[in-house]
Amino acid sequence: MTATRTPSDQSTSRPLRRPGDRIFAGTAKAAGISILVVLAGVAAFLVVEAVPAVTAPSGEIPGGEGLVGYIAPLLFGTLLSAAIALVVATPLAVAIALFITHYAPRRVAAGLGYVVDLLAAIPSIVYGFWGVYWLAPKLVPLFRWLEENLGFIPFFAGPTSSTGRTMLTVGLVLAIMILPIISAISREVFLQVPTLHKEAALALGATRWEMIRMAVIPYGKSGIIGGSMLGLGRALGETMAVALVLSVSGGITLNLISSANPGTIAANVALEFPESTGLDVNTLIASGLALFVITLAVNMLARWVVNRRADFSGAN
Amino acid sequence: MAKRIDVSDLDIYYGKFLAVQGVTVSIEPRSVTALIGPSGCGKSTFLRSINRMHEVLPGARVEGKVVMDGQDLYSADVDPVDVRRQIGMVFQRPNPFPTMSIYDNVAAGLRLNNKQTKKADLDDLVERSLRGANLWNEVKDRLDRPGSSLSGGQQQRLCIARAIAVEPDVLLMDEPCSALDPISTLAIEDLMTELKERFTIVIVTHNMQQAARVSESTGFFNLNGVGQPGRLIEFNPTEKIFSNPDEKATEDYISGRFG
Ligand SMILES: Nc1ncnc2c1ncn2[C@@H]1O[C@H](COP(=O)(O)OP(=O)(O)O)[C@@H](O)[C@H]1O
Ligand SMILES: [Mg+2]
Repeated sequence: MTATRTPSDQSTSRPLRRPGDRIFAGTAKAAGISILVVLAGVAAFLVVEAVPAVTAPSGEIPGGEGLVGYIAPLLFGTLLSAAIALVVATPLAVAIALFITHYAPRRVAAGLGYVVDLLAAIPSIVYGFWGVYWLAPKLVPLFRWLEENLGFIPFFAGPTSSTGRTMLTVGLVLAIMILPIISAISREVFLQVPTLHKEAALALGATRWEMIRMAVIPYGKSGIIGGSMLGLGRALGETMAVALVLSVSGGITLNLISSANPGTIAANVALEFPESTGLDVNTLIASGLALFVITLAVNMLARWVVNRRADFSGAN
Repeated sequence: MAKRIDVSDLDIYYGKFLAVQGVTVSIEPRSVTALIGPSGCGKSTFLRSINRMHEVLPGARVEGKVVMDGQDLYSADVDPVDVRRQIGMVFQRPNPFPTMSIYDNVAAGLRLNNKQTKKADLDDLVERSLRGANLWNEVKDRLDRPGSSLSGGQQQRLCIARAIAVEPDVLLMDEPCSALDPISTLAIEDLMTELKERFTIVIVTHNMQQAARVSESTGFFNLNGVGQPGRLIEFNPTEKIFSNPDEKATEDYISGRFG
């Protein structure tokens, strides 16, 4: 500022900004814009490349039942496997996070947290091998039992796959893969619950579990949902583990323990792409577009769920 | 109903650190007892040891006796959870549950204590507690709004409503007005005068006028130096403390001639 400026001058001119601020603001803005550009670029690529498949006569699409007939079972398989993973992983992850933050002795907690984080570092192909060679055969007796005792539920109608490479197995493998994401984020938010609120519950005569239900879980709810959605995103897009584990030979079915399963979009692209040319490629890309849209929709839904009761989030 | 509390030879520790030493005091039912003293002398620590909130911190423990109507609160067969249901607490910073509505905040303790309260009974109790905390008229049209939407003074009265909703025998307040403006402070002081008809009230305050206005008895805590344990130096009727205290240190503190 120069001494000759009058106050009115100052109020109309832009406030003085230091070079550091300007550089930082510029970098941050560029980074933000570049994300949008990349996202738009990916979307544009998918749309352009998918157009030939959309406009092609249905007989020329692989399978011969049109684009919708091709993508629908894959989409169904994608959503089903991800849903199983989420249903299994979320309660488990929340329980682990609660145990680490509120029950375990400090040293056990640190070790356990580290082990769970380590699960996230294992490459998905390793999960795939583990699922095929270790988990799947071990699950076959369980599937038999489910078929015999709970066969009236469509999920367990059978006949049981003899290899164990079923939709349920895939769901469980995916559940373990997304467990560390959900539990790490839940753990962070549980640690952030202000002591003030926990003590409010305890002073009312809450037991530890009642305190957790009153103060910790409600406060951490948006974090749990956010973590689950990140996990869901990974489960929806998981490629190698699913491609290795799932035995694909069917259309839409709720049967989780048979050998006739619908594939998933990502795994299908991985398996088919090397052999594909021409319209087949466009078809695969169209299925990728469907996955892209679904993932965006899931994220927006999660955002909406979290914001719906923002007044009550505890952030204010 | 209001109960008396007899504390004898209470030592309070944070791990190895002896924070408060040798407190012996009798707190009368249906009265307001004020605790005053410089920061760090252990007023909060002592208050939290009355309802066994002290021990929720890792390593924190007490030695000595706290007896409420003949029952030693620290005897082995007493569950701290039960103690806290009988001795309510209001904290220095208003802490309504941010994830709950005004209604649910007040009902929170009731729901803990007995799960099968009928909706109509619960409505009744919530209204009664909010009236008891002089808050009903201000919030009756927005019971479903979050507790955090209220002003600081209203939030503190909401916390009082939440505490009295479970009909405790004793109500502990740790500097309940220190975060509030003068008008909200007066509202809460008036409230204390009403509440002492039903409860035994113990209040920590930094405000000497407040202690003089609301309390029947006053205890003065002090400590000799940093790292030394805090002690209860003098406990007497408020009138005596403020006019003719027994101890020189009390007089110095009250008259502002203090270290
Ligand atoms: N969570 C804690 N851990 C360890 N020491 C503490 C803790 N809280 C308070 N203290 C110590 O105990 C003593 C009394 O503190 P406190 O009861 O908060 O004093 P007051 O409420 O009178 O200001 C102080 O020396 C303080 O440093
Ligand atoms: Mg204090």
